[in-house]
Amino acid sequence: MTAAVTAGAVRARRAPARPGLWAAALFLGLVVLAALAPGLFTDGSAVDGDPAAALTPPGADHVFGTDANGRDVFTRIVHGARPSLLVGLGATALAVAGGTVLGLVAALGGRWLDELVMRLVDVVLSLPSLLLALVVLVVAGPGTLNSVCAVGVAAVPVYARLVRVRAMVVRGSGYVEAATALGLPRAVVVVRHVLPNVLAPLLVLATIEVGTALVAVASLGFLGFGPQPPAPEWGAMLAAGRDYTAVAWWVAVFPGLAITLTVLSITVVGRALRRRGEGRDV
Amino acid sequence: MSGPLVEVAGLSVAFDATRAVREVSFAVHPGECVAIVGESGSGKSVTARSLIGLAGEGAAVRAAALRVDGRDARAFGDRQWRAVRGARIGFVLQDALVSLDPLRPVGREIAEALRLHRTVPRTEVGARVVELLRDVGVPEPELRARQRPHELSGGLRQRALIASAIACRPALLIADEPTTALDVTVQAQILDLLAARKRDGMALLLISHDLGVVARIADRVLVMKDGRIVEEGPAERVLTRPEHPYTAMLREAADPRPARPAVRIGAPVVWARGLVKAYGARRAADDVSFELREGETLGVVGESGSGKTTLGRLVLGLLRPDEGEVLIEGRPWRDMSARERRAVRRRVQVVYQDPLGSFDPRFDVRRILEEAIAVSGLPRPARRDRAVELLEQVGLDAGLLDRRPARLSGGQRQRVAIARALATRPKVIVCDEPVSALDVSVQAQVLDLLARLRAELGLSYLFISHHLGVVRQVSDRVAVLKDGRIVEVGDVEQVFTAPRTDYTRRLLAAIPRLPEQQGGDHGTHHDGGRVRSADHG
Repeated sequence: MTAAVTAGAVRARRAPARPGLWAAALFLGLVVLAALAPGLFTDGSAVDGDPAAALTPPGADHVFGTDANGRDVFTRIVHGARPSLLVGLGATALAVAGGTVLGLVAALGGRWLDELVMRLVDVVLSLPSLLLALVVLVVAGPGTLNSVCAVGVAAVPVYARLVRVRAMVVRGSGYVEAATALGLPRAVVVVRHVLPNVLAPLLVLATIEVGTALVAVASLGFLGFGPQPPAPEWGAMLAAGRDYTAVAWWVAVFPGLAITLTVLSITVVGRALRRRGEGRDV
Repeated sequence: MSGPLVEVAGLSVAFDATRAVREVSFAVHPGECVAIVGESGSGKSVTARSLIGLAGEGAAVRAAALRVDGRDARAFGDRQWRAVRGARIGFVLQDALVSLDPLRPVGREIAEALRLHRTVPRTEVGARVVELLRDVGVPEPELRARQRPHELSGGLRQRALIASAIACRPALLIADEPTTALDVTVQAQILDLLAARKRDGMALLLISHDLGVVARIADRVLVMKDGRIVEEGPAERVLTRPEHPYTAMLREAADPRPARPAVRIGAPVVWARGLVKAYGARRAADDVSFELREGETLGVVGESGSGKTTLGRLVLGLLRPDEGEVLIEGRPWRDMSARERRAVRRRVQVVYQDPLGSFDPRFDVRRILEEAIAVSGLPRPARRDRAVELLEQVGLDAGLLDRRPARLSGGQRQRVAIARALATRPKVIVCDEPVSALDVSVQAQVLDLLARLRAELGLSYLFISHHLGVVRQVSDRVAVLKDGRIVEVGDVEQVFTAPRTDYTRRLLAAIPRLPEQQGGDHGTHHDGGRVRSADHG
């Protein structure tokens, strides 16, 4: 996660070919649509299966085949869009919110608070984030909400660091000094000038993070800590399909593709957004 | 070689729809210094860059002729351009700090040019680097060659950059605003260095907005405006008897003329007593005391690092002094509660050098002004009218309300910054280098505006600038700052005509002077740095 963020922040690569961006946006649109209204794509059930049709290969009846319980893989992927996306968005929102509060406190709260918060953040940052998420889940128990919290909390330190640095830059900027010189109260300066200018570039970065969070939650699902069966979550589906890779590749491959393509699309769109954001920001 | 080093005819450069350079023709001969003068956006830099094939990304370059060393450069590919750059034509940019690689010792930067063009045998590169640094007047060259750019002062950095540009003994050196980022005393040294290179036979193409710099070393001057050359001729003639109205205007604007309204000077409004502010071992303010009276303009001059900006921030109450105190209308910042301090801030406003940086990038002009107006407690419906009134006061149209500062010109931005400062109806405005980022013609307008507002509103200015000419124009009294200390303070004409300290004398002597208009005598005499002050009226 850290690597993805820093690499993204340091390098500003040229725009990819526009067709790629459009394809990504289109795919993302379909995923979002599936999350909002799965009924548009399929009218089957995601949890009830026909045991007689277990492990049917992809064909006319089942486009992506069926799993060991005879459930249609395509239907489950469509219904899995909502929990997977929610989990990604939720975890990112939690990470950004927590990181913003900690980062601002560290940057604006004086040297003593800064030291305290940042040393704490460093300790958390020194642990691999997925491992940290696992620890949280072991303590709190598995489940959708818990895995969102776990992934979100694990990503907080990265945002706290980013927000702190941005806030320090913004705090030292001419417009913050000008606002102070006008006689505005400190709280007003922070809310009106510091916060928006810290968050604007950060939110674009967070879009990319949604993809990373999605993978993290899928990984937790794969390890059995995420949303519990029979809920159609992509990571859990991938994990369930692992046992059948030799005889029924489709059970694992299609959820895996869904994850990969969604993350890829989010990243591509996020990068495009960031490039636009930078053009205005600088 | 007897022909011109570089010859250009009908050069045009366009970026998409904007035509930056239009039908420009000129030539540079060996051993001469040609200066291109113009304001920002005149196309002078783009013209210079076209000569080394670096007009910029997306530039469409057309020319009837573009000859380097007598060869047609229009057909040059990347490889041929690279053979020209550094070897035949050297290039020096304005800001050495960004032009030098921050992670590499400057000696290696210079060595790279030598190795690239295989000017000297590999084994002699190190010795040649030291020799070059010595040539450009860098003391202790062996030591300096091993240091990285941030360890060098601005003047030394610029020297190192020039050393790397002349490493391969190019026939022509292009210097784009080579001294703009430097203090006057350092600027004088760099100009002497360039003049010495010229005497050794190197041709120089100097790009500058500063007529004083140009007057000092140029043989011929080209004046550019909106991408065209509007006037050209021998430097002496162009600077003393300009023919084109634009040149005359530039010449006029470069001449300091007083912008001091006749106002009544009242009781002190700002009173600084024994101010000390230290950053580590360095004292940015060292026992500074002064007073600023009602209606008065106190100029503060000094070189970079002398503590000018620190002084401004102490007066604004944005910085707490280690010792001493600042009193605003009789009350010290120190004794005020947070609420009182906010109320007093309305009385003491500020205008910065970089107006763009002092505006929240998300705000348009309306929000910028209305935020400041709201501070003075005006109800929301009345704020827009007041914003329009403020814009009129600084000579701007109400139509600009919906623009973002990024889409305004430099002069317009500074006017908006002044309007914002006026919004709270202050008594005192701290002007921190308010015109240093502006073109000379715009500078004059902004100074006039400040003078008019001062007369109309009875404002007091603390006018901070490194530009001595500007300070002389606007100030009633002037304080000379060096290493955080006021070394001299007094009536502005007295300080400028009869300085009492050596430091002030050195500062004044380093100002590049323009020859008198209509054929005055033009001479700058130097003998090893100690210069007797000439009395200039």
